[in-house]
Amino acid sequence: MSQATLGIRAISGHAGSVPGAGVERGLEVCKLIDTTTCIGCKACEVACLEWNGLTFSETTFDNSYQTMPETSWNYWNLIKFNEHEREDGSMALLMRKDQCMHCEEPGCLAACPADGAIVQYVNGIVDFQQDHCIGCGYCITGCPFNIPKFSPTARKVFKCTLCNDRVTQGLEPACIKSCPTGCLHFGSKTDMKDLADKRAAQLREHSGFANAGVYDPPGVGGTHVIYVLHDSTNPEAYGGLPKNPTIPLTVQLWKTPLKWLGNLAIIGGLIGVFAHYLRFGPKIVEEDENGKQGARQ
Amino acid sequence: MATSRRDFLKVAAIGGGAATVLGFDLAPAYAQLRELKIARATETRSTCPYCSVSCGVIIYTLGDKAKNVTPQVIHVEGDPDHPINRGTLCPKGASLEQDILNPRRLLKPQVRRPGGTDWEDIPWDTALTEIAQRVKKSRDETFVEKDAMGRTVNRCEGIAFTGGCTDTNEFNFLVVKAMRSLGVCYLENQARV
Repeated sequence: MSQATLGIRAISGHAGSVPGAGVERGLEVCKLIDTTTCIGCKACEVACLEWNGLTFSETTFDNSYQTMPETSWNYWNLIKFNEHEREDGSMALLMRKDQCMHCEEPGCLAACPADGAIVQYVNGIVDFQQDHCIGCGYCITGCPFNIPKFSPTARKVFKCTLCNDRVTQGLEPACIKSCPTGCLHFGSKTDMKDLADKRAAQLREHSGFANAGVYDPPGVGGTHVIYVLHDSTNPEAYGGLPKNPTIPLTVQLWKTPLKWLGNLAIIGGLIGVFAHYLRFGPKIVEEDENGKQGARQ
Repeated sequence: MATSRRDFLKVAAIGGGAATVLGFDLAPAYAQLRELKIARATETRSTCPYCSVSCGVIIYTLGDKAKNVTPQVIHVEGDPDHPINRGTLCPKGASLEQDILNPRRLLKPQVRRPGGTDWEDIPWDTALTEIAQRVKKSRDETFVEKDAMGRTVNRCEGIAFTGGCTDTNEFNFLVVKAMRSLGVCYLENQARV
């Protein structure tokens, strides 16, 4: 495998400095998903499978057009079909492309204890490095979007890579390229934000969606996959998109105060042992009954 | 208390060991990116065979056309320069690679006999002979020389022919010649290329 050509902004479970963090100028990339023009054709699902060479997986029929209940370790991109009853009693079929959101402050990376198993590149892509992954599954706990999935075969965790192999070479992700209705867009975060805001304003002013808006949740520092929703006040209707996603409290506690308390306890213990050694010297074992002197420890 | 050289070394070794265990790894951290799998592949423009929209596709083939290489398709995706689809594809078109790389692809003629439940493999010769026999039989049975008003029509109403999207002009020319000579009227294809 090749060495990274992308600067790294954050590394999971890493004690030292991070090469690339704050020293490299980089374009932040972003996917824009306009749920209002998605027709649920699943071209993005297939393009993802083809590009990433993912293995065959059984689909589930559950009285819905949805391929399977949720993304899987070898199915990173899933259109979620949701029947939604509007206030006036009419029905709407809401379709949302579900995949890794590539959070600015990734919960998976915060939770991961393995050095270098999860990295965040300067361009915002959060990537799993399976050769450093220890398969503990803590990232699954840390993710507010239920994205990382454990592979029982590889005993590692897998998820969408935002096609970083394509993006580093100046190509768009496979899903974006395939989309026939043009509901998927790819570009810089700034451009995508602008495009999304314009589209949301258009929906509010001309299409009668008074609550149309952009989903770029601040609870995880914003995401590198953003949505335009018909009703941004109710993202849960789009197959469980959390209203205000945050890194779970347990992970936050454990990775910040508890971690440093633990480190203090370890280092304090070591200092204590060393101070004891300096103050009282090595332990001398007293003579036993046979009159032999114990070995110096 | 005097610390001997030996003690100092011991403490230094333990401290160093502890630092390593606790994660003060000085090795530089590199992330491994997968290489672009189509970086040096041969690109071939083609047309999606599925429907009459006829989207442009690029077929990526392993190898650089050197003499000793057997090319193999490794990826197919939309052609951004094609005016119809501009790089996009539908789910069926996006799976085009499996038109070639799929263990379930049919490679020989199969037949399911009347009343049979399974498909059986038959050789090409048998298949062609049987088709010819059936065409002859159907044509003999359903050929209409004159219609109800006595006008000569010379048509064969028992056979229809459908062609695909990727059929070329030359192929369609031959189809029309062959089918019209049999008197087939129900002649259709979805080629828009």
